[in-house]
Amino acid sequence: MRTRTLVLSLLVGAVALALFPALAERFYVQLLTKIMILSIFALSLDLLVGYTGLVSLGHAAYFGVAAYTLALAAPASGPANFWLSLPLSLAASAITALVIGAFVVRASGVYFIMVTLAFAQMVYYFFHDTRVAGGSDGMYIDTRPSIGIAAVDLADDLHFYYLVLALLAGVFFLLALILRSPFGRALQGIKANEQRMRALGFATRRYKLAAFVLAGTLAGLAGYLAAAKEGYVNPELMAWHQSGVVLMMLILGGMGTLFGAVIGTFSYVLLQEWFSTLTKHWPLLMGCFIIVTVLLFPQGLAGLPQTLVARWRSGVGEKDDDA
Amino acid sequence: MEWLIQVLNSVQYGLLLFLVASGLTLIFGIMGVINLAHGSFYMIGAYLAFSLTQWTGNLWVALPLGIILAAVLGLLLEWLLIGRLYRRDHLHQVLLTFGLILVFEELRSITVGDDVHSVVIPAILGGSLPLTENLSYPVYRLFISAVCLALAAAMYLTIQKTRLGMMIRAGASNPEMAQSLGVNIRWIHALVFAAGVALAAFAGMIAAPVSSVFPGMGNQVLIVCFVVVVIGGIGSLKGALVASLLIGFADTFGKVLVPELAGVAVYLLMAIVLLFRPAGLFGRV
Amino acid sequence: MTTRRRFVQQLGALASASAVGALAPTFARAQSAKLRVGLMLPYTGTYAALGTAITQGFNIALEENGGKLGGRDVEFFTVDDESEPAKATDNANRLVQRDKVDVLIGTVHSGVVMAMVKIARDTGTLLVIPNAGANAATRSQCAPNIFRTSFTNWQPAHPMGKVMYERGHRKVVTLTWKYGAGEESVESFKEAFTKQGGAIVKEMYLPFPNVEFQPFITEIASLRPDAVFVFFAGGGAVKFTKDYAAAGLKDKIPLYGSGFLTDGTLEAQGASAQGLLTTLHYGDGIENAKNKQFRYAYGKKYGVQADVYAVQGYDACLLLAGGLAAVKGSFGDKKALYGALEKVKIDSPRGVWTMSKAHNPIQDIYLRRVEGNANQVIGIAWKALDDPANGCKMQA
Repeated sequence: MRTRTLVLSLLVGAVALALFPALAERFYVQLLTKIMILSIFALSLDLLVGYTGLVSLGHAAYFGVAAYTLALAAPASGPANFWLSLPLSLAASAITALVIGAFVVRASGVYFIMVTLAFAQMVYYFFHDTRVAGGSDGMYIDTRPSIGIAAVDLADDLHFYYLVLALLAGVFFLLALILRSPFGRALQGIKANEQRMRALGFATRRYKLAAFVLAGTLAGLAGYLAAAKEGYVNPELMAWHQSGVVLMMLILGGMGTLFGAVIGTFSYVLLQEWFSTLTKHWPLLMGCFIIVTVLLFPQGLAGLPQTLVARWRSGVGEKDDDA
Repeated sequence: MEWLIQVLNSVQYGLLLFLVASGLTLIFGIMGVINLAHGSFYMIGAYLAFSLTQWTGNLWVALPLGIILAAVLGLLLEWLLIGRLYRRDHLHQVLLTFGLILVFEELRSITVGDDVHSVVIPAILGGSLPLTENLSYPVYRLFISAVCLALAAAMYLTIQKTRLGMMIRAGASNPEMAQSLGVNIRWIHALVFAAGVALAAFAGMIAAPVSSVFPGMGNQVLIVCFVVVVIGGIGSLKGALVASLLIGFADTFGKVLVPELAGVAVYLLMAIVLLFRPAGLFGRV
Repeated sequence: MTTRRRFVQQLGALASASAVGALAPTFARAQSAKLRVGLMLPYTGTYAALGTAITQGFNIALEENGGKLGGRDVEFFTVDDESEPAKATDNANRLVQRDKVDVLIGTVHSGVVMAMVKIARDTGTLLVIPNAGANAATRSQCAPNIFRTSFTNWQPAHPMGKVMYERGHRKVVTLTWKYGAGEESVESFKEAFTKQGGAIVKEMYLPFPNVEFQPFITEIASLRPDAVFVFFAGGGAVKFTKDYAAAGLKDKIPLYGSGFLTDGTLEAQGASAQGLLTTLHYGDGIENAKNKQFRYAYGKKYGVQADVYAVQGYDACLLLAGGLAAVKGSFGDKKALYGALEKVKIDSPRGVWTMSKAHNPIQDIYLRRVEGNANQVIGIAWKALDDPANGCKMQA
């Protein structure tokens, strides 16, 4: 029953997204493209935070590395080759995640959070302070990558929209498959109780590293698409604020469900759009919203009904710990 | 001679960093709360120094007033928000304090505006000591270092030698046990959090005359403080002091010797430390 | 089950809400033939004051023009760019694609302006840059539809090379932030200074927007150059001049900079900035009727002194007013419009200036000395300075 509903909602969602460009103006097509790219980003982080229990506060680094790789690989004028530049960007993110991951999977808890943040800042400063890729001014990508198929022109916003939609669906199902595999179950086991998994003979550190690299690579996919869409990269892509925002998207939607990551991203971006039309001091609204959400709805939108029911039954709001 | 002065620069920067980071590491170590808004308290301190000096006309009056206000803010926050997070996931702590950063920055923008302001150095400390024939060292910078050292010593004595310190240590290592022995944990936590806020704000206040006061100043400090805590080991004041000084040296000499990589130098230092000591220099594994 | 369904419903509601929003501008546009002007400037964040000054300057000129441009009423669309390069493309798209503006005006931050330049080139929208000095915007990225009413980073710094040599300095140390504006300014200064025969002892950089200057000041003291040239602005400028003075160097090793070192910051700098010489395309006490009239009108309306940013905003409006008047407000013939904009002679408070082939002002650069809270103009450092515009294909 549950699965059938889920599949049905997914289908409805996919069809709605596929039909959307026929109904909306170009600006909204672009907005939705951005949201879908961020959804991929949020999904990649969900694998770490929601399923493996590793709270990374430096996920934007892998997003940014892939974006910069595209910028560096693209010729000064004319498009890069999609089939070459994409694997290259993903590899760059994967390698970065592997190197940093080797350090960070030895840490846990608060320490893990701080170390991921600090390493992400190191990557940020590398691009910010050296002239490797335009320093703090960033650099341009002249044209969107070319996919080499006559009928598909990524420079066309509509074609690009459908590419992103297809990739979002692909990442969604890839993660769904992985989570059902023995590997995915091991990750969830680690989240529930790492010591028990180790006692059962799992090399948990290696599993965590694998998850870290996979998440970093998928974040790289999102970063690649973002760079291709904007045609411009800048160190701010990997600033720690971005890592914080994507965590917020996750908790807003509800961690540990793939659906929640996507819903959270949609809600967050649309909410921000709405707040920014209300007042120029919209971060104040956003900040209050975040605080209230964390205090009152720690399970996110996906857990909203359960939270409300539990609250109503117990009559006391403060006791419902989620940990 | 030039190198000696650079050493002086390193130590001065390191000590100021320690003052901010000590609050952060105490809150981690004793309450288990990760607080991203710590940089905001530094920022709030600097703006308090600016506003209160303007209002009272004197930094010496502004300092105690500012400390009291910051401590009250700390108590309020602990009571309203942070206190609800103790048993929660670290993730929730990260996000709630992330939200706080947004709120504080915007409130700052609404109340004081986005301009750069400066705070006048009190006349007594306004002078400079001639060190070489053409370079003088501002007395106020020496004053900052002296104050930081004095506070470091005071913190050490409070935690190691007083009854209050004993209760704090007991509360950190085993809250349930401490509670059953009659230590009021809620009260200890509120006190530690308020002290952490006051320390960061105080650092912002005494730094304001040399750093000037500007939007976003808290964020810069926050990240470096994280590195201090990572290098020093969570909850260790001794570690924070050593790490702050190390960072002071890495940053100062990095700027002079390898300007290209100055921003990265501090993080390289962190990576090297982690390679050999995954829990930091003085961390408990 | 109800959970999932509710989400889909919510999502649907949100989507249809935005679809309605998507249609709204189209209706609005059918009703009027107003000129749609998009202002993309910082109204919050570090550069908020600059964004406000530019907008106010623009408004003064629009009022003088009877509220019309090329005979058409003006409708404003405003976006706060927050000086955030990460959001720049989205923000520019909001104006170009959602609001369908005829002309895009912005901005202050160089990184953000480069994203706007990219969009202007991709969509052919007319772009007027009222501040950001990134050289590339009117060099390698120059385009028929991109105009600038401010300066290239090269311009204000270049004359200082000549000034400092003439004042007898031969060995100079430079210091700036490691970012576009800083590097381009120092590069330009160096070019002029070495051409005269001076030597750069050391070029020093620190990461933007780091303000821990002490190590650099220590090094300057030990290098003992004849003088120091710096590029800093805003908070960094305040902190640097104060640290420099506190180290006792101000009277021993003279400090020079491009004008941003002392613009809009004098009150905070206090004594530490007194007597400093800087070069910029505007200053206090420029004796012409236009300047007097502008400063009076600005002060009367907004209760504050006009600054260089207000002038740049004012000139952006003068440019549009002049160009659009020549084509009677029509965007139909783009070539005629751009041609008209190129030919406008701007009677600016900074003095009359004209557009270069690369669409950047050919303007006088003033030498100014800090006196009290004013950057008093003491002479013209370089008459009618034109940016070399290397790499601009429209140069020929």
